[in-house]
Amino acid sequence: MRILIEGGRVIDPANNVDDVLDVLIEDGRIAALGPGGAARGTPPPDRVLDAHGKVVCPGFVDLHVHLREPGREDMETIATGTRAAARGGFTSVCAMPNTNPVNDNQSVTEFVLDRAKREGAVNVYPVGAITKGQKGEELAEIGELVGAGCVAVSDDGKPVMNAEIMRRALEYAGMFGIPVIQHAEDLNMTGKGSMHEGLVSTELGIRGIPAASEAIIVARDILLAELTGSHYHVAHVSTEESIRLIREAKAKGLHVTCEVTPHHFAITDEAVKSFSTNTKMSPPLRSTRHVEAVKAALKDGTIDAIATDHAPHTIQEKEVEFDSAPNGIIGLETAFALGMTVLVEGEVLTLNQLIAHLTSEPARIFNLPKGMLAVGADADVAIVDLTREWVVDARTFASKSRNTPFDGWKLRGEVLATIVGGKVVWELEG
Amino acid sequence: MAIGWKRKDLLGIQDLTADEITLILDTAVSMKEIASRDIKKVPTLRGKTVINLFYEPSTRTRTSFEIAGKWMSADVINISTSSSSVSKGESLKDTGLTLQAMHPDVVVIRHSAVGAPHLLAGILHRTSVINAGDGAHEHPTQALLDLFTIREGRGTLSGLKAAIVGDILHSRVARSNIFAMQKMGMQVRVAGPATMLPRYLDRLGVEVFRRIEPAIADVDIIMMLRVQMERQAAGLFPTLREYSKLFGLNLDRLKSAKRDVLIMHPGPINRGVEIAPEVADGPYSLILNQVENGLAIRMALLYLLAGGQAANNN
Repeated sequence: MRILIEGGRVIDPANNVDDVLDVLIEDGRIAALGPGGAARGTPPPDRVLDAHGKVVCPGFVDLHVHLREPGREDMETIATGTRAAARGGFTSVCAMPNTNPVNDNQSVTEFVLDRAKREGAVNVYPVGAITKGQKGEELAEIGELVGAGCVAVSDDGKPVMNAEIMRRALEYAGMFGIPVIQHAEDLNMTGKGSMHEGLVSTELGIRGIPAASEAIIVARDILLAELTGSHYHVAHVSTEESIRLIREAKAKGLHVTCEVTPHHFAITDEAVKSFSTNTKMSPPLRSTRHVEAVKAALKDGTIDAIATDHAPHTIQEKEVEFDSAPNGIIGLETAFALGMTVLVEGEVLTLNQLIAHLTSEPARIFNLPKGMLAVGADADVAIVDLTREWVVDARTFASKSRNTPFDGWKLRGEVLATIVGGKVVWELEG
Repeated sequence: MAIGWKRKDLLGIQDLTADEITLILDTAVSMKEIASRDIKKVPTLRGKTVINLFYEPSTRTRTSFEIAGKWMSADVINISTSSSSVSKGESLKDTGLTLQAMHPDVVVIRHSAVGAPHLLAGILHRTSVINAGDGAHEHPTQALLDLFTIREGRGTLSGLKAAIVGDILHSRVARSNIFAMQKMGMQVRVAGPATMLPRYLDRLGVEVFRRIEPAIADVDIIMMLRVQMERQAAGLFPTLREYSKLFGLNLDRLKSAKRDVLIMHPGPINRGVEIAPEVADGPYSLILNQVENGLAIRMALLYLLAGGQAANNN
């Protein structure tokens, strides 16, 4: 199968390319890149995708998704979650280990990879647990997890609260050159909090989670990263204080990286006034001061990657009182458009910077052989329309779940087609 | 009748305009007259059904709504459950849909979760919902009866100064009163231990004090809040003894206040903890007036919410 993507503006931040080029895909790889038909080759391609006036870029890489399989297939499966990814232009996703059973041993990793191979629409990179059962007590068999295909470890929604365990996890994971991802949150400070502690929580009387609850763990972990020399990655950073600490750590030359979710740069805690449980997530939506800090950190590169923290929940679990609702929202199908609308149109990032935060940067920090369009690379490609406006309609999502706070939003920038390993896995109709 | 009232629900003071608050207070004046009669039954809400749906224990609020409904000839049904919807096994949504099928005219809900009445109001399309307290968010009927009581005592609201003292962090009474008093042109101060003063209160236009003495010095109203034992376990204050010593309202402290200051408390009071018995039972205490006026306010609200439509049909 040979596919030619013709006449598009190719943006490949990994190789510093931004030019109108044709892209030829052959046998699942990028076979040629060149201007004005030069890449066409012979025999003629089986399929030509017209990309005139569109942007052709590496498929997006999401460092943080929850596919819920095994265990909660009523929320999402590897099949549906990867289709949601494809719709959003993502060609590789890192699947978090908080499944049931927890991905804390190689048989679960193997199950996820096997299922992804058979039913997945995009590449799935499993993330193993740091500790057995995500309990924060004993290290999981990280060596075997890595051997089975895990690209990082994380106890995900459960922060590693014990500094000694975290230190040993960093040391141990360091042997395999993989990052230790922390959901940074001091659980004692969070208590029964269910939104950001600020003016809005004061008005609503909802128990607040102070910004310091995140930064305290980030600060501790940065000290441990310094002690161990290992790679520490902060999941979904959300506060000005954490960002300040990460910026300092990077300036010091420590191996510290971080990601931010679209909702943490797109909306503030004001949204909670609706009492919609789709505004409840962990970390919580923060106030304007923090959102501005997140944007500044995207701009200056303190934040390496945009990751969705795609967290499907069933409607019945979310249609409850705010306090009782589970944390999390889905994000794969709105991430790029939110980046375009909020960051690029909002002049926080250039288009090329946005694409880098979705492709080359996440791939680089997790050592994934993805996020680029060089000849010989896997043909993982997204074709996007930058100007097209569309209205988010959760009912049409490929995800099994509907829990998004962006339903009904008018966004700019739409994913037209997604190609994974040379196969078209998503194509917008019309 | 019920001119000017357009809302289906009463969910919080924050949604209301000053005109709407005045309308409720004025309506309650005529209701209080009914309550003072020998025979208190009027037929206004005959054939109407009011359901009290209480997910938290409550004596005075539930009883107050029940009496208010009965005096107006409504059929009042009480559903009390100590368990939250989650542990009970039926979601609030399903409870709401079930109630809807029974065609009540008003559902009065108290719930430990902020926003629960709003969730219910979104489900009950043909039924009015009254918030009788949602978590630490709002308790609008309490604030309305407090305003009514103050207006009765002072003849006006605008320009008065009130101090609310105690656990502001966990108090829905404090929140609703802050919003209500401000809307009616009053100045509001709050005082309490730093651990019980939520952040950014000043940005709500409230003056914040960490000691009781300066807060009560020249105010017209002192509103004391109940302090809960469980806050001690949460580390918010060391002992009730120290709390009482630092923030309790006693005769000694009252000397520094205005001579005719009005003393209020939403109840139930902890005698000798946040308020000394001599103060609670003293000449300027309006604590029992508050309870009495609660009936008039709740009659007014039931009338405005459930009676309006019947009146239009006539």
